[in-house]
Amino acid sequence: MADTVDNALKTPDLGQPWAELGLKPDEYERIREILGRRPTSSELAMYSVMWSEHCSYKSSKVHLRKFSELSQETPIGKLLAGIGENAGVIDVGQGYAVTFKIESHNHPSYVEPYQGAATGVGGIVRDILAMGARPIGVMDPLRFGPLDAPDTARVLPGVVAGVGGYGNCLGLPNIGGEVVFDKTYLGNPLVNALCVGVLRHEDLHLAHATGAGNKVILYGAATGGDGIGGVSVLASETFDADGPAKRPSVQVGDPFMEKLLIECTLEIFQAGIVSGIQDLGGAGLSCATSELASAGDGGMHVDLDLVPLRDSTLSPEEILMSESQERMMAVVEPHNVDAFMKICEKWDVLATVVGEVTDGDRLLIDWHGETVVDVPPRTVAHEGPVYNRPYARPDWQDRVQSDTPESLARPSSGAELAQTVLAMVASPNLCDKSWVTNQYDRYVRGNSVLAQPEDAGMLRIDEETQLGVALATDCNGRFAYLDPYAGAQLALAEAYRNVAVSGARPVAISDCLNFGSPEDPSVMWQFTEAIRGLVDGCKALGTPVTGGNVSFYNQTAETAILPTPVVGVLGVIDDVTKRTPIGFATEGDEVWLLGDTRDELAGSAWAEVAHDHLGGLPPTVDLDHEQRLATTMITGAAAGLWSSAHDLADGGLTQALVESSLRRDVGVTVTLPEGVDPFVYLFSESAGRVLVSLPAGSAAQLQELAAAGQVTATRIGVVGSAGPDAVLTVEDQFSLALSEIRDAWQAPIPAALGV
Amino acid sequence: MAPRIGVVTFPGSLDDSDALRAVRLAGAEPVPLWHANDTLDGVSAVILPGGFSYGDYLRCGAISRFSPVMDELIKAAGAGMPVLGICNGFQILCEAHLLPGALIRNDVRTFVCKDQAMRVESVDTPWSSHFEQGQEITIVLKNGEGGYVADQGTLDRLEGEGRVVFRYLHGNPNGSYRDIAGISNERGNVVGLMPHPEHNVDPLTGPSLDGTAFFTSVLDFLTAKV
Repeated sequence: MADTVDNALKTPDLGQPWAELGLKPDEYERIREILGRRPTSSELAMYSVMWSEHCSYKSSKVHLRKFSELSQETPIGKLLAGIGENAGVIDVGQGYAVTFKIESHNHPSYVEPYQGAATGVGGIVRDILAMGARPIGVMDPLRFGPLDAPDTARVLPGVVAGVGGYGNCLGLPNIGGEVVFDKTYLGNPLVNALCVGVLRHEDLHLAHATGAGNKVILYGAATGGDGIGGVSVLASETFDADGPAKRPSVQVGDPFMEKLLIECTLEIFQAGIVSGIQDLGGAGLSCATSELASAGDGGMHVDLDLVPLRDSTLSPEEILMSESQERMMAVVEPHNVDAFMKICEKWDVLATVVGEVTDGDRLLIDWHGETVVDVPPRTVAHEGPVYNRPYARPDWQDRVQSDTPESLARPSSGAELAQTVLAMVASPNLCDKSWVTNQYDRYVRGNSVLAQPEDAGMLRIDEETQLGVALATDCNGRFAYLDPYAGAQLALAEAYRNVAVSGARPVAISDCLNFGSPEDPSVMWQFTEAIRGLVDGCKALGTPVTGGNVSFYNQTAETAILPTPVVGVLGVIDDVTKRTPIGFATEGDEVWLLGDTRDELAGSAWAEVAHDHLGGLPPTVDLDHEQRLATTMITGAAAGLWSSAHDLADGGLTQALVESSLRRDVGVTVTLPEGVDPFVYLFSESAGRVLVSLPAGSAAQLQELAAAGQVTATRIGVVGSAGPDAVLTVEDQFSLALSEIRDAWQAPIPAALGV
Repeated sequence: MAPRIGVVTFPGSLDDSDALRAVRLAGAEPVPLWHANDTLDGVSAVILPGGFSYGDYLRCGAISRFSPVMDELIKAAGAGMPVLGICNGFQILCEAHLLPGALIRNDVRTFVCKDQAMRVESVDTPWSSHFEQGQEITIVLKNGEGGYVADQGTLDRLEGEGRVVFRYLHGNPNGSYRDIAGISNERGNVVGLMPHPEHNVDPLTGPSLDGTAFFTSVLDFLTAKV
């Protein structure tokens, strides 16, 4: 027997499992106030998932508002859609618009790595699709526990196979991302997924249900028992150190169905026969029905008996909470329903009219002829609880910041420096990631101009005009731990720089804010500081935040992850043939360093690898300088000045030299400038620096450009010979064969995983 | 008039637009074909593209092989029409028994995406005539189930009849018997291979231009025939 509205009225004092569903006492009370009675069990299910942290952003909302207060203007024009839609949309010119977004799928990926990661990709792709865009690429910033931890051998291969298994089968090139290891991610790996899509301006679709009498169509996969309560039970709670596995809450993905859904949906958009469309992700039907109705101008009536089920024993509560994947909901005018069904039939996609838009302002849901849900949709979707969680700078922050790396023993002789280079390239965070990225298809669709290990991924969007977009995602959680405000800005600056280094102009950002428990005031402080840093940073750079995602509760017992505000920056390039790759190309090219190097080793890769040390203050951020440096890089690229360009980040100059050399097995000889400390010059992680190479004889052009941008340019060497005998030489210090560096660099991941 | 070359889209095909582009760049007229139609639309050659048709759920290519378009394709192939199967297309050709053997899960157990070196072992097919015998080329390889297997007798016959068209070099990426990357039927008009020549026709997006010769070869073949 289903718990109907009538029944709820008759049994006002019936005990309800609100606590088990993740609701707090005052939240349950508020539901009773809104409805003027106790909720039915179906209503309780809806409210519990929609008011979960994951869906309602109840702990972050008051802070995230600062993003929407930013100017909605990008350096190349106004946003066509901003925060609040499924994904932000940017006008990139020539009638094209681009939409992109980054989301987390952290908790499911720990419980069930393959399916968790796979459905993370699937979810973000549907968000992009729902905007009316063709998804054209994905990226995956991933974070794991120590490479040598036994559980990493379970989580890492599963996550990578899941990302690849789903994305490859969808035919979306994977063009970048990150793979980072730190002990704080051991029980809380981070699986973030970014998708980018392209559309013509006129094809933009926003999710809302309008027009009484319009039909509500559920299409895609049938609804099963997978992922029930995923957002409330999994994503909105801290893992107990020794609690039971939460596997039943993880969804199961079917990428083939999603591929059909993409082609089918794009054809439906083309035909111009939908009024509103929404993907079903977290909170499933509860979310889609309430959000569509809430954003529209009427009510909605849905008959749950019509929902196609994989399991006929599912209760109405379960149907409403199921997070079965590969489902979409469309609002279609009655005279277009036949045409809609025909397209679905062509693609073998199941489509069912399950309800219609109504005149009223209620969301009504029936089951076996009786009403089981009768709610104002806004109270479910948009007027959830809002918390002003207490936050306070932790008392340990001063101690961490005063524990500077100055006292750490530094290598001094050439031999010691050479040993340090080899140790650094063989460390998990700086080693070769191709074991991961070779499991992703980076070529499909034939428009991947740049892909990992390049600084940014770049996709051509018009073969005739060569218009393209570039994307980079970055975050150094160690810096964010030392100072979350500066750390967030450093993440922003790095992603911004990576896009500019490729030759594209950075225009907008999306962020995925991964933190510990918001119920811990220290974590909440980290979060508010990171937001403040991003807001100030975006103001300075003129790049709006187009949307993103917050993931809290990345915490096992008392151990929170490093604060990890991952920033994705989107750039636009008018002519992708002018892109700049990272690899040294031609013997005799001059090698220059742009930017200034200071003694900044706190939080650096060296401090971690050599001393397992994390203390002090992160490198200084100068966003005005970042902007001038970006202009220098973009102008130089358009003029065809650079043979290569590579951002300096983790591992400093040495790592950039190694990566630029190994890309095409081309050596390099570096002459350190007069008077510098070789160790600091080679390993400092000062921000705002780029390693460039350019044809001999072009130096004057570079110097002119650098002077105009007030960017320091220092000639530091020359590109060497290619081939098996290539070497990386730092004059007066050391010389290492590239083959020796490569062996050390390639070994760690395969060795740790025993493959 | 440029020869018309068809590319079949099955549910789950992914590299169909790439194959159409490669046909166009080679100078032929690309013609999209739909799996559910029992017609080849008058094309002179057909490419079965890469992807995960029907999700590869039953066995790669096992369901697509029964598409209405395949009946027409099998007839046309029997009459000598050039047919190229790339990756999933190769798997479909094996399932359809237009080519012998089968493709199984990579021995490394993971999906592999890399720029793969291979040697052209036969230039006696309409898809490889523009290469030099023994030429070393680099072509994008990307698959999870690319291990070519067949019984000893079949392998010996393929070798003896010069029907191994491409062979992996510098390391076998997926456990294929005898390093076989691509084969042809007896007549030579039907060729299947795991690597993706359509991703190697544009210097901006591919690691080489070695894929171009596949498409110019067949274009020449078709032009000469006309």
